[in-house]
Amino acid sequence: MSVQVDTQGTVRVSQTAAPAEETKASWRGGQLWLLLPALALLAVFFAYPLFDVVLRSFRDSQGGFTIQNYEAFFSRAIYIRVLLLTIEIAFLTTVFSLVVGYPLAYVLANSGPAARSFMMLCVMLPFMTSILVRTYGWMVILRPNGIVNTALVTLGLGETQLIYNRSGLMIGMVYTMLPYMVLTLYSVMRGIDGRFVAVAQSLGAGRWSAFWRIYFPLSMPGVAGGSLLVFILAAGFYITPRLMGGDRDQMLASIIAYQVDVLLNFNFASAIAVILLIITLACFGLYARVVGLKQLLTSKV
Amino acid sequence: MGSDALINPSLPVRIAAWVMLAFLMAPVLIIIPVSFSSAQYLSFPPPGLSLQWYERFFGNKDWLSAIWVSVQVATLSAGLTIVVSTLAAIPLVRSDFSRKTLVYGLLLAPMIVPVIITAIALYFVFARIGMGGTVVAIAIGHTIVVMPIAIVVLSATLQGVDSRLENAAMSLGANRFQAFRKVTLPLIAPGIISAGLFAFLTSFDELVIPLFLGGPNAQTLAVRIWNSVMLEIEPTIAAVSTFLIALTVVVMIAANLVKKARRWA
Repeated sequence: MSVQVDTQGTVRVSQTAAPAEETKASWRGGQLWLLLPALALLAVFFAYPLFDVVLRSFRDSQGGFTIQNYEAFFSRAIYIRVLLLTIEIAFLTTVFSLVVGYPLAYVLANSGPAARSFMMLCVMLPFMTSILVRTYGWMVILRPNGIVNTALVTLGLGETQLIYNRSGLMIGMVYTMLPYMVLTLYSVMRGIDGRFVAVAQSLGAGRWSAFWRIYFPLSMPGVAGGSLLVFILAAGFYITPRLMGGDRDQMLASIIAYQVDVLLNFNFASAIAVILLIITLACFGLYARVVGLKQLLTSKV
Repeated sequence: MGSDALINPSLPVRIAAWVMLAFLMAPVLIIIPVSFSSAQYLSFPPPGLSLQWYERFFGNKDWLSAIWVSVQVATLSAGLTIVVSTLAAIPLVRSDFSRKTLVYGLLLAPMIVPVIITAIALYFVFARIGMGGTVVAIAIGHTIVVMPIAIVVLSATLQGVDSRLENAAMSLGANRFQAFRKVTLPLIAPGIISAGLFAFLTSFDELVIPLFLGGPNAQTLAVRIWNSVMLEIEPTIAAVSTFLIALTVVVMIAANLVKKARRWA
């Protein structure tokens, strides 16, 4: 394994190539300048811009220091509603992705090589395909005269509004986040030895209790990791809520974009961005503590 | 890794899994027949076959220039990403230094911050230095977003190369740069190509960065699609989408071939 994580959630790169001591010595020092391009790029185009956003969030229209941007956010019911809605949607997305993704990852991890590679293709192809393409696909399927509604009308069940409201938002969110959940669960489940379950059954446990008392606890790192990852990603998500949700279902990211794009309210947008960033970092801190960073790396690559 | 003893999931669980796979594939698969429809409006199943939407796509200057902008952005960002990430991976894998954990954490930080925040932060900064609305600005934004993943992939690849090979070359008279270029670089080339392909595809498809950093002169394909989808669901988008699905499949196959080549080497 390339990256190791200790209990504090810090990453260490292990020397699996096991070079001899003198080999290491020949590389020590000297090479560190090779990090400079990457660090310089991040300093100028990531760290400084983020710092600028934080500063901006404490600035009034004249450029003086103020906390009015935060006051404006926390004193208006509409923004509190968006904040709570963001957390609610991210939470529901996480729960549904877990309920739906667990059986899929379970079957994926416990199939033969041929079935597994086909199933993996069915997970990876949508995962790699542009999110706009997939969202457009859902619009074709779910819209008022779309396939599902045509089928419902043909069956005499009548039309249902499936998109541009909460149901459209949830379908889109769960759909987009499902691969992250499945891949995280899968990487943990592949490491679980099926013989543990077989032993439990041979000792008299039923199929169900062998699963709940042996397999499920062993898969908990995947459950925790996948859930936190999906929650973090869902909380900051912009595209799917805009395209598939209703006007009343806009989340923090949409409000930030609206403040920047339409109202040109840069300082207030920065304050909302800082609030979203704090939520994300808090969840990520929990993630690093509970699961460690290794999971995040393996599930994204 | 993985266990020899697989559990046999019960039938209902298997069925649930296949239903979820269908759910994952449905929006991707539905678009392809729609894009070949002969109908004048969006309908499924299509009443007949025609290439009219592809003619509209490839016959339209706006769409073609959007593809060209995306190709420029993705090429630039993939190139920048692999150069910077390969260089960074060398000390991360080969050197011991006290702040390695901290450096690794810094390099991976853009993965954690929501893209919308990175996008507006860059928007403010580029606007101030007068670089807003350029291809270079979008490419830099994409490099920031993709670099953490490229660094992880390239560090893992470099781990697999024994540094003693380089030392052997150096003991035979090569200088450090020659040893890297002639010995290590060919060995990690498959990793570099995979990371580059991944960076290209990610940049080609990514929307939020160009939405904020692009201007009228730098409208990527993703932004062009976004603008169309917001207005109406016309079948031209199905043709564009099928084009993008084909691109994804080609990149996935290429990455797979590179992986196979590495196994044979």
